[in-house]
Amino acid sequence: MQAERDHVFRALADPTRRAIFEELTRAGEQTVHALTRHAGVSQPAVSKHLTVLKRAKLVQHRRDGRETHYRAQPDALAPMVDWLDHYGAFWRERFDRLENLLERMDK
Amino acid sequence: MSDTTQTHTLVIEREMAHPPEKIWRALTEGRLIQEWLMSNDFQPVVGHRFSFRATPVPGWNGVIESEVKVVEPQVRLVYSWGTMGMSSVVTWTLTPTESGTQVRMEQSGFPSEDGPNYKGAKYGWQKFIGNLERVAGGLA
Repeated sequence: MQAERDHVFRALADPTRRAIFEELTRAGEQTVHALTRHAGVSQPAVSKHLTVLKRAKLVQHRRDGRETHYRAQPDALAPMVDWLDHYGAFWRERFDRLENLLERMDK
Repeated sequence: MSDTTQTHTLVIEREMAHPPEKIWRALTEGRLIQEWLMSNDFQPVVGHRFSFRATPVPGWNGVIESEVKVVEPQVRLVYSWGTMGMSSVVTWTLTPTESGTQVRMEQSGFPSEDGPNYKGAKYGWQKFIGNLERVAGGLA
């Protein structure tokens, strides 16, 4: 679980990979060629990014002749989102700390 | 809720039993900010670029890059909040009440760098980005 989250987190920390993943989610299954036209980086770079997304289980691929087709697997975000929700309390916790500090400033 | 994919906004509000002057100090004096938020080189000067620094973790360097946008003493403080290639804006608003101050924190707006393609994303991409941003802070 922890490893999965790390993969997802790292995979989506890169803006080009986010753009590729978002494009697959928006437009559906696509070939590496089509993604390269959209991504504005070289095909080897796109392939590298896809490998990272694949490892995070954010995309799946299938071969069809010489072309490889990729499609998004947004479900892979689920464990991540649960985890993220857990940290949604970040600012509330900081508000608590702020209040504590304010109490101490009285002294 | 007409277009929830456009911007993600997180609002936290709380009334605190302290005067605005005091809360303003806690929001704008680096040494005090460090006590409740993160280490920083903040200065209450519009245009000042600074960073918040947390302990790095795998996949995140622990740095939040910021710039002061608005300084209205004891009323409003706005700074940008950028980390992991994503940026948002944090707005603090202080409103005096009978017994203290209403403290409002709004974090909103997420990147344009990925273009307008967010629209049509089926699973609330902006919400996800918003969550990711909060995590970046939460890892501190």
